[in-house]
Amino acid sequence: MIPVLFLVSVIIFALINLIPGDAARLFLGEEAPPEAVAALRHELGLDRPVYVQYLRWIGGMLHGDFGYSFKDHRPVLATVVEKIPVTGELTVASLLVGWAIAIPAGVIAAWRQRTVADYGASSAALAGLSIPNFWLGIMLIYLFAVHLRWLPASGWAPLTKDAVRNLRALIMPACVLGLALAAVVMRQLRSSMIEVLSADFVRTAKAKGLEGRVVVVRHALRNAVIPVITVMGIQMGTLLGGAVITETIFAVPGLGQLAVNSIYGRDYPMLEGVVLFSALAILLINLLVDIVYSLIDPRIKLAGGRS
Amino acid sequence: MSVAVGGALREAAPGRGAPRGARYFVRRFAQNRLATAGFVMFLVIVGLAVSAPWVAPVSPIKTDFTAYLQPSSMRHLFGTDELGRDVLSRVIFGARASLEAGIVSVAFAVAVGLPLGLAAGYYRGHLGDVLMRLTDAMLAFPPLILALAVAAVLGPGLGHAIIAIAVVLAPVFMRLTRAEVLQQREREYVEAVRAIGAWDRRIIWRHLLPNSLAPIVVQGSLNIAGAIITEATLSFLGLGTQPPTPSWGSMLNAAQQYLTQAPWLAFWPGIAIALTVFALNVAGDGLREIWDPRTR
Repeated sequence: MIPVLFLVSVIIFALINLIPGDAARLFLGEEAPPEAVAALRHELGLDRPVYVQYLRWIGGMLHGDFGYSFKDHRPVLATVVEKIPVTGELTVASLLVGWAIAIPAGVIAAWRQRTVADYGASSAALAGLSIPNFWLGIMLIYLFAVHLRWLPASGWAPLTKDAVRNLRALIMPACVLGLALAAVVMRQLRSSMIEVLSADFVRTAKAKGLEGRVVVVRHALRNAVIPVITVMGIQMGTLLGGAVITETIFAVPGLGQLAVNSIYGRDYPMLEGVVLFSALAILLINLLVDIVYSLIDPRIKLAGGRS
Repeated sequence: MSVAVGGALREAAPGRGAPRGARYFVRRFAQNRLATAGFVMFLVIVGLAVSAPWVAPVSPIKTDFTAYLQPSSMRHLFGTDELGRDVLSRVIFGARASLEAGIVSVAFAVAVGLPLGLAAGYYRGHLGDVLMRLTDAMLAFPPLILALAVAAVLGPGLGHAIIAIAVVLAPVFMRLTRAEVLQQREREYVEAVRAIGAWDRRIIWRHLLPNSLAPIVVQGSLNIAGAIITEATLSFLGLGTQPPTPSWGSMLNAAQQYLTQAPWLAFWPGIAIALTVFALNVAGDGLREIWDPRTR
């Protein structure tokens, strides 16, 4: 993980340094006198060689200094940390929506393979994969906010301050992200369930007279869930990316909206911070997925047990 | 796996590595009606995009201030937008940006990822290790966020959006190619070719590449679908295709402001994206079913 982290930081550093123009000029604005720009360049270390800049940058981050926003001059880290609970809540809610749909749908589609239920669920999943999430978001806003007036199109409030308002504002974005996730998870669960259902131990369980439902849920589902967890780990990146869109559409003040606003405002230190944080989050989640594997499946050992 | 497998056996186990002629492949694909329908649908969309100047009723950028935000009518089947432009024509022309972005970005990603993957898989050792670590790092970024960051640094525009998508996809193809090559290079036929004295270059391009191609083609067809969505997303956020050139993503962006007065503006571009992506997903699934026996 350490070499990957190092390379992640190099990629972000290289990316930000590819930006045409001068960070000091961007920070101070077009009208700033040249002396002030030169002074700031010196202060930021922009007149040093590139590798020194990189080391200073990475050294600062190790001390918790992620730079300062071009826009409001606040520390990047503080703003990012402020936004984490919002995106975190949205992510958890979408996971719940996704699982609530995908697990029953995937199990039934595999159990009743090649029936109307299977074809229906599988086609719905394929359609779910094809619908762009920002369009789904706009359509939901039209239906539930403009037309029916059941839910607000925006108006986020923190969970701790106004729970009702928070949950009402959460429903639509969580559904947009959750439906896309459900489509992917359902397809994976269906195919791994089909594989497991033809395994010997499932036949044994049936042969000893267990009820069909018990076999499916207790024996098959438990074993089919491992590839699904792998897919979940991969999907976390998609989910974080999707948060960019849904947070923008529904005006949810999370990391995604921060990313888009910092792009529009050319606030590069902030963008750098968000991108770095999102990569860190993905790496941590992957680590978590590995740990979950070993908890679910005793055959998998965490350290060096896998080939 | 033996090369001289009989026709009947091939039919029974069309696994990877078995010889597959073009005719066999076409027959298997045609048996899957949904996949065939998807492929035909995709061809129709490509045809519409190519012949847009002749198919579209009017110019997609012709404004008409006497007929703005009009609902569907005989003159304007999909209605008109805030500048009185014909939405149907814009949707048809919008297919060009989407398809261009989807196909070109995947082509770029393959052009970069495939040779690197071949090299990393065939010559293991330090070069391969370094390349793999690099792809690990690239894949650690949420795909859309990396694409956004690259597009933001490059600046708005369709060409830049295409580069941003290709940057995100290249490591995917590299990993996939490498994994295939690692499997293929241990096969007996590679040993046989090496034994008769073939050069590395010949082994890689004439033997490893053709035998590793199937999953790359499947991944490619599915990734075109993903790239079309990503381009639409970037355009939606204002980083892709720039006005007045129509693109489905930027049309949806503009439509948001008029959602109460003119919901059709938001409806049709989304349908166009969903249909195109659906067609590609279905066709890609069909390809995978032929080549990957595990998914059946």
